Amino acid sequence: MNPTSPTKAPWLTIYVVAYVLFLYLPIAIIPLFSFNNSIQAAFPLSGFTLEWYRSLFDNENLHRAFQTSLIVGVSAAFLATSIGVTVGYMEVAGGDRASRLISALCRLPILIPGVIVGIALLILVNLAGLGPSRMAIVLGHTLVALPTAVVIMRGRFSSLPRSFSEVAMDLGAHEWTTFRRIVLPLAAPAIASSFMLSFLTSFDEFIVAFFLSGTEPTLPLFVWGQLRFPKALPSVMALGTFILLASIVIATGAEIIRRRGASNDELPVTTPRPLPIS
Amino acid sequence: MSVSVDSASALPAASERQRRLFGIGMRAPGALATSVLVLFALGVVLFLGFRTNDGSLLGGAFTLDNFKTALTDPLYATVILRSLAIAGFVTLATVVTAYPVAYYLAFHAGKHRGLLLFVVTLPFWTSYLLRVFAWKVVLAFNGVLNSALLVTGITSEPILAFLNTPAAVVVTLAHAYAAFAILPIYVALENVPRSLIEAAEDLGARPTSIFRRIILPISMPGVMAAALVVFVPTVGDYVTPALVGGPNSTMIGSMIQAQFGKANDWPFGAALSVIVMLVILAVVAIARVADKRFGSKT
Repeated sequence: MNPTSPTKAPWLTIYVVAYVLFLYLPIAIIPLFSFNNSIQAAFPLSGFTLEWYRSLFDNENLHRAFQTSLIVGVSAAFLATSIGVTVGYMEVAGGDRASRLISALCRLPILIPGVIVGIALLILVNLAGLGPSRMAIVLGHTLVALPTAVVIMRGRFSSLPRSFSEVAMDLGAHEWTTFRRIVLPLAAPAIASSFMLSFLTSFDEFIVAFFLSGTEPTLPLFVWGQLRFPKALPSVMALGTFILLASIVIATGAEIIRRRGASNDELPVTTPRPLPIS
Repeated sequence: MSVSVDSASALPAASERQRRLFGIGMRAPGALATSVLVLFALGVVLFLGFRTNDGSLLGGAFTLDNFKTALTDPLYATVILRSLAIAGFVTLATVVTAYPVAYYLAFHAGKHRGLLLFVVTLPFWTSYLLRVFAWKVVLAFNGVLNSALLVTGITSEPILAFLNTPAAVVVTLAHAYAAFAILPIYVALENVPRSLIEAAEDLGARPTSIFRRIILPISMPGVMAAALVVFVPTVGDYVTPALVGGPNSTMIGSMIQAQFGKANDWPFGAALSVIVMLVILAVVAIARVADKRFGSKT
């Protein structure tokens, strides 16, 4: 059993397959029972229906929650990505102490449980006179998405050949021109990927929004509210199927774009290698 | 490099000013966001933890009572200890079950590695709330697991003990943070020098001792990082105990939420949050020390 050669390790292979099943089977329950003709999610399946999907179409509250989620997600993704671009670039290109400290602080939220992010920002927005609101959720989600955005952007910037920007500056281009005309276009795939994953983080985020929402719930908060009603569960599964599908499409798209932009890095961005403690 | 330095020093003053402005402008968004949303926000939580609750936003007067109550009242001490125990179990279970997957990825996945990496991380990008909800449906008394056991004849009556137990919380959380544990371990295993393994083999070492004496020690920093990134979100989790935990699984996250909700005692909730952050800080410190110890061995 030489671990360096790709010899067959049957028990290990079986284990990995079982593990992947463990990861996916509970999630697969949601789409499976969203088509089941019964209030109760239990075997045996009683029959096929699209009733639960139909019930989603004339639900005003659901549509409003979806709209709120879109607005909040796009705003937070825009903010997190903009900050991620500047912080990532300064850490790689500047490399000075202040830039590295800012970058470490941007990645710190990984080490703060969501409940504490939620209450800290709740106190903050109340101090600012803003109160729980859409704007408050945008701030919260910007913070939650920030570590991912910074990690993606600095990964991309550090893989850019330095010679590009050096040539531009030697030819007399200013920092700003170099950044805008050379660096940003080269980083475009990573920016797109960061935007999509930040949006996804916000779109699926529950606990921070739970503390910061005013009168307008996001989609996960709407789902949370529905969980109290046993009769609503099949509709939640239909809605959940859509949400899962959207997440998978966006995450896959972001990963494809990012890998095209940086073909030398096959690791998914979720890899928590740059721990902010180092 | 030296060329660009020379030309930079020859730049006129206007360009120098522009360069400084660029530096300031590019650092401003990150500096603003982190100083307000991270440093100031956490500072206010710390401040509020030392205040009395008089209904106002920043409390009435300075006090240590919040921390005294949190640490001495058996109710809160129990919940804090339970949170640590559950998060500890989850961390252990997640890391131990993830290690073989990471090992497979590093040594056996071959050309499917990229795909498999993507497959194990994809669930992480789906809604956490929905994943926990799925477990609630699976574990319910009339739920998927019980009905499947009945239909297949493995049991003759539903098993009550799935939902609303600390075990349900552990399983659900371990499932939720699986990807978190696999990746850092995989990265560490990737860094094991293949020459070291070959040398050991040439000298006649058995596979088990190669694993125990070479691979495992070198991958320990990855295991530490994995333990840390799983422990942090689980110790303060709110959703999972609320949905699948039942009354005997209340964790510190639910307690904090209650202070900002029903109980309406924000200073006390802030104090509980400070305690959680201190626990996390201690775990980070332990992980770093352990990291250094294992690091110096290799």
